[in-house]
Amino acid sequence: MTALLVGAGTTTAEPPTTGRRRGRGLLRSVGHNPKALAGLVLFLIFCVFAAVPGLFTSVDDPNALQFPPSLPPSAEHWLGTTALGQDIWAQLVYGTRQSLVIALVAGLFATLLAVLIGVSAAYLGGIGDDVLSFITNVFLVLPTFPLIIILATYAGKGTLLVVLFVLVITGWSYGANQMRAQTLSLRNRDFLESARVRGERRSYIILVEVLPTMTSLIVAGFLGAALYSVLTAAGLQFLGLGDPNSISWGTMLYWSQNQQALQTGSPLWSIAPGLCVALLGTSFALLNYAFDEVSNPALRPVRRVRVKRVKQ
Amino acid sequence: MRFLVRRLGFFVLTLWAALTINFFLPRFMPGSPLDALRIRTKNQLDPVALNHMLTAFGFKPNANAFEQYIDYLGNMLTGQWGVSIGATLGEPVRTLIAQALPWTLGLVGVATIIAFLLGTLVGMVAGWRRGGMFDSALPPIFVITSALPYFWVGLLLILVFSVWTNGFLPSDFNYDSDLLPEFSAPFIANVLSHAILPAATIVITAVGGWVLTMRNNMITVIAEDYVRMGRAKGLSNRRVMIDYAARNAMLPNLAGFAMSIGFVIAGSILVEYVFNYPGLGYLLYNAVENTDYPLMQALFMLFTVAVLVSLLLCDIAIAWLDPRSRAKG
Repeated sequence: MTALLVGAGTTTAEPPTTGRRRGRGLLRSVGHNPKALAGLVLFLIFCVFAAVPGLFTSVDDPNALQFPPSLPPSAEHWLGTTALGQDIWAQLVYGTRQSLVIALVAGLFATLLAVLIGVSAAYLGGIGDDVLSFITNVFLVLPTFPLIIILATYAGKGTLLVVLFVLVITGWSYGANQMRAQTLSLRNRDFLESARVRGERRSYIILVEVLPTMTSLIVAGFLGAALYSVLTAAGLQFLGLGDPNSISWGTMLYWSQNQQALQTGSPLWSIAPGLCVALLGTSFALLNYAFDEVSNPALRPVRRVRVKRVKQ
Repeated sequence: MRFLVRRLGFFVLTLWAALTINFFLPRFMPGSPLDALRIRTKNQLDPVALNHMLTAFGFKPNANAFEQYIDYLGNMLTGQWGVSIGATLGEPVRTLIAQALPWTLGLVGVATIIAFLLGTLVGMVAGWRRGGMFDSALPPIFVITSALPYFWVGLLLILVFSVWTNGFLPSDFNYDSDLLPEFSAPFIANVLSHAILPAATIVITAVGGWVLTMRNNMITVIAEDYVRMGRAKGLSNRRVMIDYAARNAMLPNLAGFAMSIGFVIAGSILVEYVFNYPGLGYLLYNAVENTDYPLMQALFMLFTVAVLVSLLLCDIAIAWLDPRSRAKG
């Protein structure tokens, strides 16, 4: 989870220069960056699993207790069966959807909230800024995971909505802080000054002038929030605070722990879903790190820098 | 001085906000703690004792919300945290926390500091020797380790070092149950052997973030004029790396350290749960499982205080290391 801290000092320190042209270069550099490519491929694989799980397994209802329990891996059951008699591979495939949806939806809303609060804090200035940044800082320091656990308990364990809600509530503050810092550094740039002199409305300036220059920061914020959501949701479900009847990696981990899978000789039951969580998390982390390299040229792999020096 | 006063002000305000959230959460959420308490204690406590417990919990059925709130704030700050209404019914929350606290401090505290120091050191060297073997292999590895779920690393370690090796290292509890806590070599060795796997879990998952930030900071700092000046003065490579570059590159890491305490607490809950380690995180898990509201509230406050105190300490450390932050006032 400390991956969220990566690039704390770098992204804010390197304000992007121009808007649209930069965006296209950004995409191209991602294509050339092996880390980004690896992350993207991983992510797309999971997307396919989530979209059409039926293609990868013949089991229709992965939660039904329809097989002999605790079978070792075989041609029929690639990863064996659980102590309850479910096919582990099928559960894994069907579980992708929920984990992915949680990551993307929670990441998206947390980022929206971060942009909204961060940018308006910087733009309002004065008391408005003081209040909003105080709220941001409070949420930043509040120990989120205990808060999530407690929230989930009070709100009634289970439903996906509760999990999403608590993830968004606790996941936005880090991004908001960065957005605010970035907007503050942009505020007095010439291109915004000229927009103001042209008499553009505030909403226009924010939407059309400010936000596009912050694309890379917003994308990085989204990836960070998605990573945070994947790991936290899995942890929450692992502790049994999700819906125990849902099909997701975290729920699989919960049941395997519940049935002492490690100690009773079916380690794949808990290792496989954990590996999936780790891989999805890794794909977000790799993309995030690559974005950092793209937006901060000083961090790019050193060979390219040397070539540049020779040319000079 | 003004700097410190401002930070202290933030400290107090944040603590107040956390306590307030803590107070209002159960009152806005469905499922009253009061009901949980009544159901749980139905046949075990007479109404007088129940009332006493409710009062200790901050509930005064007859008082208005404001009065309850003031009482609650006072109770929380003076350490009157009430009694447990969970599985350990009737046990003072303070006793429960006092029992668990040393284990968490010893395990999670030490592991976090090891991870921080190790990560900063590795990041320093990697950033200093740009493009060396060390530098090109490490970042991708640490990007991956920092995205691993805490509990999964714990499960893997249990599988490899405990299940597959017939209990080479113990995988749960803080010490063997047939030992008596005493200050002797075998007991301490036993405690340490029980701490190895959970501590390794925390170090493995936490170290990556420190390496990456430190490396990136080093790379930014190396281009600074004062590093070049250090070299021009003919100082040894090592002196420039540590006293000129690393000292400055460390500042964002230090600020991040305080923030990371929150993540560490999250990790400790999961790690202590996986390893059945009787620390604060495990206590919180049990409190949640048994809807033990007083215990939850006290723990949440403690966690918040832990983050805030580390934030304050890091601020002081930064002020000490970085004259600029002192001058700003």
